[in-house]
Amino acid sequence: MSDPAQTAPRPRRSLLQTDAGTRRRNAAERRFRTYGAAAILTAMAALAVLMFTVFRDGASAFVQARATIPVVIAADVVDPQGNRDPAEMAKILTMSYSRLLDQALTREIARSGIQVGGLTQRDITGFLSAQARADLRRAVLADPSLVGQEIEWRMMTSSRVDAMLKGRITREMAARDARTSVAQYDLAMALRDRGVVRAGFNWRFITAPDGSDSRPEAAGLGVAILGSFYMMLIVLVLALPIGVAASIWLEEFAPKNRLTDVIEVNISNLAAVPSIVFGILGLAAFINFVGLPRSAPIVGGLVLTLMTLPTIIISTRAALKAVPPSIRDAALGVGASRMQTVFHHVLPLAMPGVLTGTILGLAQALGETAPLMLIGMVAFVTTYPSAPPQGLFDPASALPVQIYNWTQRADPAFFERASGAIIVLLAFLLAMNLIAIWLRRKFERRW
Amino acid sequence: MNQMTQAERSVQTETRDVKFECRDVQVWYGEKHALKDVGVDILDKTVTAFIGPSGCGKSTFLRCLNRMNDTIAAARVGGQMLLDGEDIYDPRVDPVQLRARVGMVFQKPNPFPKSIYDNVAYGPRIHGLAPTRADLDAVVEKSLRRAALWDDVKDRLGETGTSLSGGQQQRLCIARAIATSPEVLLMDEPCSALDPIATAQIEELIDELRDRYSVVIVTHSMQQAARVSQKTAFFHLGHLVEYASTDDIFTSPKDPRTESYITGRIG
Amino acid sequence: MSPLTTLIIILGLAGLGYLLGRRRAVALVAGDTRQLHSRPAYHGWLVALLAALPPLGLLVLGGLAGPLIPGATHGAGALLAPAAALLALAGLGVGLARISPGFRARNAVERVIGLLLILCSLIAIATTLGIVLSLVFESASFFRLYPWHEFLFGTEWTPRFGGGSKLGMLPLLWGTLYISFIALLVAVPIGLFAAIYMSEYASRRVRAVAKPAIEVLAGIPTIVYGLFALVTVGPLIRDWLAQPLGLGDSGASVATAGLVMGIMLIPFVSSLSDDIINAVPQSLRDGALGLGSTPSETIRHVVIPAALPGIVGAVLLAASRAIGETMIVVLGAGAMARISGNPFEAMTTITVKIVGQLTGDNDFNSPETLVAFALGLTLFVMTLGLNVLALYIVRKYREQYE
Repeated sequence: MSDPAQTAPRPRRSLLQTDAGTRRRNAAERRFRTYGAAAILTAMAALAVLMFTVFRDGASAFVQARATIPVVIAADVVDPQGNRDPAEMAKILTMSYSRLLDQALTREIARSGIQVGGLTQRDITGFLSAQARADLRRAVLADPSLVGQEIEWRMMTSSRVDAMLKGRITREMAARDARTSVAQYDLAMALRDRGVVRAGFNWRFITAPDGSDSRPEAAGLGVAILGSFYMMLIVLVLALPIGVAASIWLEEFAPKNRLTDVIEVNISNLAAVPSIVFGILGLAAFINFVGLPRSAPIVGGLVLTLMTLPTIIISTRAALKAVPPSIRDAALGVGASRMQTVFHHVLPLAMPGVLTGTILGLAQALGETAPLMLIGMVAFVTTYPSAPPQGLFDPASALPVQIYNWTQRADPAFFERASGAIIVLLAFLLAMNLIAIWLRRKFERRW
Repeated sequence: MNQMTQAERSVQTETRDVKFECRDVQVWYGEKHALKDVGVDILDKTVTAFIGPSGCGKSTFLRCLNRMNDTIAAARVGGQMLLDGEDIYDPRVDPVQLRARVGMVFQKPNPFPKSIYDNVAYGPRIHGLAPTRADLDAVVEKSLRRAALWDDVKDRLGETGTSLSGGQQQRLCIARAIATSPEVLLMDEPCSALDPIATAQIEELIDELRDRYSVVIVTHSMQQAARVSQKTAFFHLGHLVEYASTDDIFTSPKDPRTESYITGRIG
Repeated sequence: MSPLTTLIIILGLAGLGYLLGRRRAVALVAGDTRQLHSRPAYHGWLVALLAALPPLGLLVLGGLAGPLIPGATHGAGALLAPAAALLALAGLGVGLARISPGFRARNAVERVIGLLLILCSLIAIATTLGIVLSLVFESASFFRLYPWHEFLFGTEWTPRFGGGSKLGMLPLLWGTLYISFIALLVAVPIGLFAAIYMSEYASRRVRAVAKPAIEVLAGIPTIVYGLFALVTVGPLIRDWLAQPLGLGDSGASVATAGLVMGIMLIPFVSSLSDDIINAVPQSLRDGALGLGSTPSETIRHVVIPAALPGIVGAVLLAASRAIGETMIVVLGAGAMARISGNPFEAMTTITVKIVGQLTGDNDFNSPETLVAFALGLTLFVMTLGLNVLALYIVRKYREQYE
């Protein structure tokens, strides 16, 4: 064989020495690897920074400074008629109770011998939370025998005093802030040193309803958690059976025809439709057309159900597909109908996968914000919805929307609340994911 | 040289240089001891066939020869494998350089999803073997000619490699492998995915390649081994049972296991 | 009758139907159930389904159609519940009457269940239909109040509830695309490289840590990213980039929203690319490695080109996500509708304005409210186009290697 294009054999080089070309290529190889590692590290660093800031800003929301001082429930203030009739006493507004608290605090300052220069009445009144008067009034109305007595009363301080104790407001900042003063700061520190003001775990943050703009310290997640819970209940009750039914039909029975194709394409597209579009659907269809109430968990639940369905259908179909055909053949072979085969054999075997997918779908729905904003769940709701089914139609909030709501308030104390609420939300999501992982681990089957 | 008789061929092989010298080669896949104490000398300008039942370790051994086993995380290799006297598992050896000298053709034709030209030019390009476009054109043409594919594809070098038929794809892969001017060509069951006509063409090609390269071919077909090779190694359960000239293996095997295999009693 | 009592009555009748149907089937053959074509439970089920489904269907249809019938008073709605209860009773009677030993109750039950399954599958289509109808109808009433060409091509967005609003979509479209572009600029390289490293290089230990971490990133709700943009990233970019460069002093900006959205999209891009890269057959990698490619050359020259259609599909899906993302832009991008090239300026997006126009007290007769539906329609059409294209490309790509 004589080949004109044949080149002379390459000079043989030792394998033990890397030539320049290979060294250059190996350097490129290392660079490429570094890019890959850098990408992973960037993603992980982003996660770390995100988590760090959330916990840095939000952890303090679970702690609240409270003052415990003796309060004299002066009869002439709260019960001028003197007949201890709660109906009469209810006419006395919270402002009067504010006077009782101011007196009590002033007495406490004098008793413990705290000397703070320039302390004004505004500093005293602004020291305690506006919620404290309302709480005291409610307690007195509930138990008129308190009138005329001196009681040890534990109450929240205002958000600014709370922030001083947490260190978010320093003495210098207090001097610059028009709503507070150095005197108030010194008072807070002195009362803390004497044990009158103490920080403790803030249950109210988890259980109480939202608070108004002027009392961030009273704002809690109670209504939002309940609202989110109701919506998850609706999603679970509707999306799981409908999703499983649709998946069974598509995976086990559907003939290969035009309609099936349309449904398939539809489902994959629905999974990628922006969530806000579902919000528009909820507003136009459920509220404007059907006439369901705004801000109600039922509407939110329906919208989230429609959003979650594609997710559940996709994961359920994957779980059904993972059941080997031999199981179906075995059941059909002993004379079961196709329907019996599916419901007696295939579906039970696929159930762990179905449940895992459902929980992950629920977790996704729990964090969804935009569609709920459109159906009015940003409204300021301070009363708990009643028990289902009626409660499903009562106005409520939802966890992620409550977070958004708080980011829109002026008082910086609401930012702490928003971050704290994120911790609560993430805790719920973590719990749901752990359950999903546990389910997968416990029931995972390999064929 | 192609017209040599069978007898001439076998005499000639004894005078060839040893290309690969392997001693005590061991391979583990995780806990599994896949290859045990394999020692073999692979000759230059010779076709060596590895035969044996599936799972016997013949492919594993082949993949050791250009360190393709490195790409499998669980695989460990022990023993000595010398290419021209240099240990290819020496820590100083770069597998990239080794693979430029020991090319490989796989079971399933695997042309890259690129043009025919780019498929063949790929090796020379990455190894910097053809500095100018003209050089590259020459290498591509030479390799395609040598793989007996040039006449089929010379007018459509820009088409994608996957548009060719199975046999043409495999010849393209051979052209791609010889474009880097390797010294050894490893072929892992190169005809198992092909029809008989394409197989015959590839076998003819292998015989021609013997001029220039040391060719090692793994095959599950004894007839193929007998047709194309001068030396044959029989593997069984991870052991190299017998290694001799192809004529000897098929006419007077020394080991009873070899005899059982070639007479079809085990397999 | 409240809907709940109606529901309880219907379900109660269905339960009763099950018991009666079962008993009657057994009684007909004097306890020797082998003479029945179907097991007694199926006879029971059929009666229950006949008692429950027609009235439930009536209730749902009545509830949906009620608003459609003009002049339908509350009286008509009140009639619905007793009608449903009667229907349930009738179904119960018919079901019981049909029971006989040779009656193929199982086949009948299975046909009904099959129909229910189909009905559930059709909900997907109904949802899409609902979305399209509500967007189209409300947009139509918007375009009756406001000229469509000014909406599509107007460059000024100044809604005034007193009237005389300028509702040009272009500034919103510009903001949307600009932010999405920056997000993809962040997410695509990082996500792609992360996927490559994970599938081709990472040791088992690294994978065990990095993969869940990236998945966690995917599970974080967008409101959390939004707050991250607002509180952390926005001020950071403002203080360290925008102000020193003299390019702006707004915390909310295109760069802020884009960067945070990019982080959100990293897991999306990386998991899609991971699937796609893994679909490239090992034989192609072997071919390249066997020729003496380094792993990175194998990836760059062979794996990526082979996976390119799939990766393009993944990027399109990510783009559709970015365009439709709401909370990050609501909190991170600002509300200023403007067309500017400076990434450190606050701009706004389609989704921000949908939220803005539809939250609070709405007057569904004013163009300022209705424009949100036209924006929604625009958004839906854009994302649908991207999704259909992307899903088509990805499907074609997968078929190639199956």
